[in-house]
Amino acid sequence: MAPKLPPQPPLQHSTTAVADGQSHGHAAPPKGIFRWLLTTNHKEIGSLYLIFSLTMFFIGGIFALVVRAELFQPGLQLVEPEFFNQMTTMHGLIMVFGAVMPAFTGLANWMIPLQIGAPDMALPRLNNFSFWLLPVSFTLLLSTLLMPGGGPNFGWTFYAPLSTNFAPPSTTFFILALHIAGISSILGAINIIATILNMRAPGMRLMDMPLFVWTWLITAFLLIAVMPVLAGVITMMLMDINFGTSFFDAAGGGDPVLFQHLFWFFGHPEVYIMILPAFGIVSAIIPTFARKPLFGYASMVYATAAIALLSFLVWAHHMFIVGLPLVAELFFMYSTMLIAVPTGVKVFNWVTTLFRGSISFESPMLFALAFVVLFTIGGFSGLMLAIAPADFQYHDTYFVVAHFHYVLVPGAIFAIMAGVYYWLPKWTGHYPNEKLAQWHFWFSIIGVNLTFFPMHFAGLAGMPRRIPDYALQFADFNLLSSIGAFFFGASQLLFVLGVILCVRGGKKAPAKAWEGAEDLEWTVPSPAPLHTFETPPVFHRTSH
Amino acid sequence: MSSGSYYVPASSRWPVLGSVALGAMMVGTGIKLVYDTGLPLVLIGVVGILAVMGLWFRDVISESRGGLYDEQMDRSFRWGMGWFIFSEVMFFAAFFGALFYVRMFAIPWLGGEGAKGVSALLWPDFVATWPLLNPPDSSIAGPEQVFSPWQLPLVNTLILITSSITLTVAHEALKVGDRKTCRNWLTGTVLLGCCFIMIQGVEYYEAYAHYGITLEAGIFGATFFILTGFHGVHVIIGTLILAAMLVRIIKGHFGGENHFGFEASCWYWHFVDVVWVGLFIFVYVL
Amino acid sequence: MRSRWWLMAVSLAASGSQAQTNGWNMPVGVTDVSSDIYGLHMTIFWICVVIGLVVFGAMFYSLFRYRHSKGAKAAHFHEHTSVEVLWTAIPILILVGMAVPATATLKNMYDSSDAELDVMITGQQWRWRYEYLGEDVAFTSNMSTPRTQISGEETRGEHYLLEVDEPLVLPINRKVRFLMTSDDVIHSWWVPDLAVKQDTIPGFINENWVKINEPGIYRGQCAELCGIDHGFMPVVVHAVEEEEFDGWLAERKEAAEQEAMGVDREWAMDELVERGESVYQSICSSCHQAEGQGSPPAFPALANNEQLINDVDWHLDRVVNGVSGAAMPAFRSTLNPVEIAAVVTYTRNAWGNDTGDVVQPSAVAELIAQ
Ligand code: HEA
Ligand code: HEA
Ligand code: HEC
Ligand code: CUA
Ligand SMILES: [Cu+2]
Repeated sequence: MAPKLPPQPPLQHSTTAVADGQSHGHAAPPKGIFRWLLTTNHKEIGSLYLIFSLTMFFIGGIFALVVRAELFQPGLQLVEPEFFNQMTTMHGLIMVFGAVMPAFTGLANWMIPLQIGAPDMALPRLNNFSFWLLPVSFTLLLSTLLMPGGGPNFGWTFYAPLSTNFAPPSTTFFILALHIAGISSILGAINIIATILNMRAPGMRLMDMPLFVWTWLITAFLLIAVMPVLAGVITMMLMDINFGTSFFDAAGGGDPVLFQHLFWFFGHPEVYIMILPAFGIVSAIIPTFARKPLFGYASMVYATAAIALLSFLVWAHHMFIVGLPLVAELFFMYSTMLIAVPTGVKVFNWVTTLFRGSISFESPMLFALAFVVLFTIGGFSGLMLAIAPADFQYHDTYFVVAHFHYVLVPGAIFAIMAGVYYWLPKWTGHYPNEKLAQWHFWFSIIGVNLTFFPMHFAGLAGMPRRIPDYALQFADFNLLSSIGAFFFGASQLLFVLGVILCVRGGKKAPAKAWEGAEDLEWTVPSPAPLHTFETPPVFHRTSH
Repeated sequence: MSSGSYYVPASSRWPVLGSVALGAMMVGTGIKLVYDTGLPLVLIGVVGILAVMGLWFRDVISESRGGLYDEQMDRSFRWGMGWFIFSEVMFFAAFFGALFYVRMFAIPWLGGEGAKGVSALLWPDFVATWPLLNPPDSSIAGPEQVFSPWQLPLVNTLILITSSITLTVAHEALKVGDRKTCRNWLTGTVLLGCCFIMIQGVEYYEAYAHYGITLEAGIFGATFFILTGFHGVHVIIGTLILAAMLVRIIKGHFGGENHFGFEASCWYWHFVDVVWVGLFIFVYVL
Repeated sequence: MRSRWWLMAVSLAASGSQAQTNGWNMPVGVTDVSSDIYGLHMTIFWICVVIGLVVFGAMFYSLFRYRHSKGAKAAHFHEHTSVEVLWTAIPILILVGMAVPATATLKNMYDSSDAELDVMITGQQWRWRYEYLGEDVAFTSNMSTPRTQISGEETRGEHYLLEVDEPLVLPINRKVRFLMTSDDVIHSWWVPDLAVKQDTIPGFINENWVKINEPGIYRGQCAELCGIDHGFMPVVVHAVEEEEFDGWLAERKEAAEQEAMGVDREWAMDELVERGESVYQSICSSCHQAEGQGSPPAFPALANNEQLINDVDWHLDRVVNGVSGAAMPAFRSTLNPVEIAAVVTYTRNAWGNDTGDVVQPSAVAELIAQ
């Protein structure tokens, strides 16, 4: 199955003077676990984020497998509906806040300083704080499952009043855990913005930055703008639950729909937070393996900015059927449809970058190409959902579940994996085992489509989401999805194996690990020494 | 952009301890709210956070005074503080958003006006008004009356605006190295902050004791307390920060050029001030 | 205008049109609105397919044609303003083309004026209550699939999970306005064939409407997560000819009047227990379980419940007024006095709660009137 391996550049020793760890005396770092607990180094913190994220991906994945196992056939077999709802909820929460967001933050920590020629993040101690809040938050979140009455069971969107007047007692802990995660995200984003705006190598203008840096700059802005709104809305929940306020209760003059407005004002930008850095990664990988500069650098930047700005104006497309006034409905339909335009620009740019390139198919490239195709399919179903009248039929069905898994799994997750395969040589000094990676790719692509494609049909045929049992006509689709889910889940073991093997050894990688790679990170040796760019490199403008 | 060599602190134990302390505080709060016990844990958490912040800032201050920081570091702090304040703005935006939504949509709908006015079928006796003295469900007692903006709230507005001016005077004095003037005006600012907090305390007492404005008093009480409450917390924090700055001024910290710690406190204080003006207009006057 | 779009879509969908019957695709449905929506759905689907073919076609062509392994040499262009403007402009035009019919359909869906019949739909954990406004006819509709089928002890029927004890009966060819609300959390009333899906928000009323073209039985489900039994909250609509509907409505009205008269008379214990058992099984058992054992801590047991056995007034009060802030609903307006008296009498005399108490409907009516 794995095709013949394409040529890789010969091993060479870096001639870059800057990147040599011993330049000036660093106090010896603490040993053992304390090294990790106390570190202020962006590379170590980056690794911590990535490991944390992988752990959460597995935990969230296991919850998804519980869901899929129960849905394998009609009837209630394995779990009670109550527990099923907790699994669905926790799966969504863990994947979104525990797997995807920390993975991107981890990549940002590792790569942004390297890509802009900075010695570290702007605020290194704060960086450590942002990370160590996460284990605290998620331990608390996961522990709610063991509390009396069970964990959160109201969906990752926790609509009031189900999550206020009708929720288990652990909801208070869920809110507090989310607060901690939110603080972590905000501080992390502040750090990233400060780094990008302030720490670039002399001579590097904003319009010279690699796209991964650009997309993260914009993502960080989104995070700082919307995480506080999430904090606000969960605080209102906390008050409704514990202090008798009536924000979301009509009896006192509030409105349950107010909750949804506030939630989705956060929630929609949140989904772009989970995709913009992915765009950045793909925009780095495709030119590298097409050996051709990225097409339309400037329009990529503008498109990203446009998506981010539009994302503040579309939130109510998740609420087409809550009974919005007609004008609101129309406004949100039009604004949502508009997002297809800048996103289309990106897709067209990627395809044009490939056009007349010199393309090879190493594992990062395979994942990136799969990203382009499958993300676009997810985008198309998103566009269908944006048509408000049709959303009256799609809403809260498996069609929506299919849509967002297409943009999240072969979207965000594939881009993360592409990035990991792409940068592993820089991190470890070894190439990942290419054969293993190729197997991982092909298994994943089959698994992912087998899992999520049938969900389109189940949804159109009328299967609502968040149900533990279903009518008989949906049985075939669910059977396929469940088989696919286990297959896809099992293939991820290959990924872990590949990463572990790569950390422990493998073919040595030169500083510039990929023939067509251009950005600054490829000028420092592989593995990148603990301290890089302690004296700023001089940035030479290349083509764009 | 990079110039010389950027100071990257060696490993530090404050962040981890800080996150543990924050975790303790949150868990404690949860236990307190749900099981009505666990106050000690909250206290441990709070004390821990304060201690960690003190020690962390002590490191920063000594690094700063040790000349380890350059202009670039200064800019990092500026960006950091600026965006932090932006995040605070968005936090308050959520509460203001809730207030506007309720006043412009939810209550009129419940009272039978606008696009979803049929909802009034469920609340035949309800009359939409703002301030909402009679919530739709009669089992929820609304406020008996609301505050006149032209008494204590106006006084508080004047206090905060004055405090922003006195703070600016102090800042200008620091810039030209007139530390004594700076100290005096900063002292004045801190005192004004304290006055504000006290007056707000009196108002809360009045609200519960004589006005029937409580957390349970329907959406008016809810929005009133969440907005003024979080603002009040910010004033308290701001006053503490300014007090810390006062101590540093007395100790002879800060130079005419190099005093970002002081400047950041000023930014924060002005932000708190601006939020109050918004509150005064939308919560009290309109 | 509407039907032209629909025709266009259907002709576009020529190959896809078999899909509508085999449960792979959105149903065309039995209302004008539902077929408009189906038309929109197919039109946009095919537009996406075409765009996809073009984009992926270009992509796979490049991947195949410019392989490094086949010695392709990379070109170096990286910008082309007019092309970029073009591929910004064309999608905008396509989107405008989609927005026009979508707007028309949406406007139509929002126009619930001139309805001939108003039905109030109230979501409750986990059943639907239907009230024909101005007709004094109201009833609740519970899932009728037995739990034994769900657990697999019994083979599953054809309409597994999509069947109810009392369907909503509607006339065809008449515009019916729905007023939708909820007593507890948000539910969503959805019947795919009618293309009506609308959230029911507690404390607010949403409007929607339907005009059914063909008689038949149409099934759907609650579409908004509403707690444990969200998956077991089906909707069944029985659409009948106009005359049949009028006859049915008159009959129900008559029965309701009979029941109202029953309030004043003295009921025997057996009568109440019998009636109460059926009310209990259809309404209360989803929370307090078939044998009154409940599922603590969320739902208290009613069997051998000390307080319940000792205190009739307290018991009655719980059922009539509910427990605010908890899942226990107030039944004062959703059950009639006879039903409440019956279910209370039943619970006080079943599963070993041998109190011997009889609660008369008249007493309940008095309590409610207070
Ligand atoms: C990474 C995450 C991500 C991304 C990128 C997107 C992208 C988009 N999403 Fe998605 N969405 C989610 C994650 C995401 N979504 C999640 C998690 C939910 C469910 C939440 C929940 O309820 O739990 C959701 C739900 C959701 C809904 C609500 C559905 C419902 O509940 O009823 C809607 C409705 O409009 C929607 C629309 C869109 C649109 C229009 C885009 C657009 O950005 C897509 C744009 C892309 C393209 C269109 C493809 C490429 C473009 C071209 C090739 C150009 C030419 C094309 C045309 C002119 C057609 N999404
Ligand atoms: C980035 C986000 C993300 C990711 C990556 C995923 C990944 C997956 N999701 Fe996720 N999902 C969401 C975000 C995400 N999901 C959200 C937001 C919701 C909505 C929640 C809500 O309704 O509130 C949702 C809801 C959701 C549902 C609907 C549940 C319901 O409505 O009741 C389903 C059902 O199939 C599902 C399945 C899966 C599967 C099979 C995967 C797979 O890709 C997972 C693969 C990973 C693993 C399986 C783990 C790794 C492997 C092992 C542990 C090895 C051992 C395994 C074997 C030997 C087999 N998801
Ligand atoms: C949606 C779920 C639900 C339904 C349906 C329901 N109940 Fe309850 N019931 C509850 C809950 C939850 C409580 C506990 C309330 C509390 O916190 O005190 C309760 C409490 C009670 C109590 C008081 C018992 C006690 O120990 O507190 C009685 C009596 C009762 N219900 C009777 C009924 C009857 C009769 C019906 C049907 C007509 C019914 N319930 C339907 C959820 C429900
Ligand atoms: Cu009712 Cu879901
Ligand atoms: Cu969205």
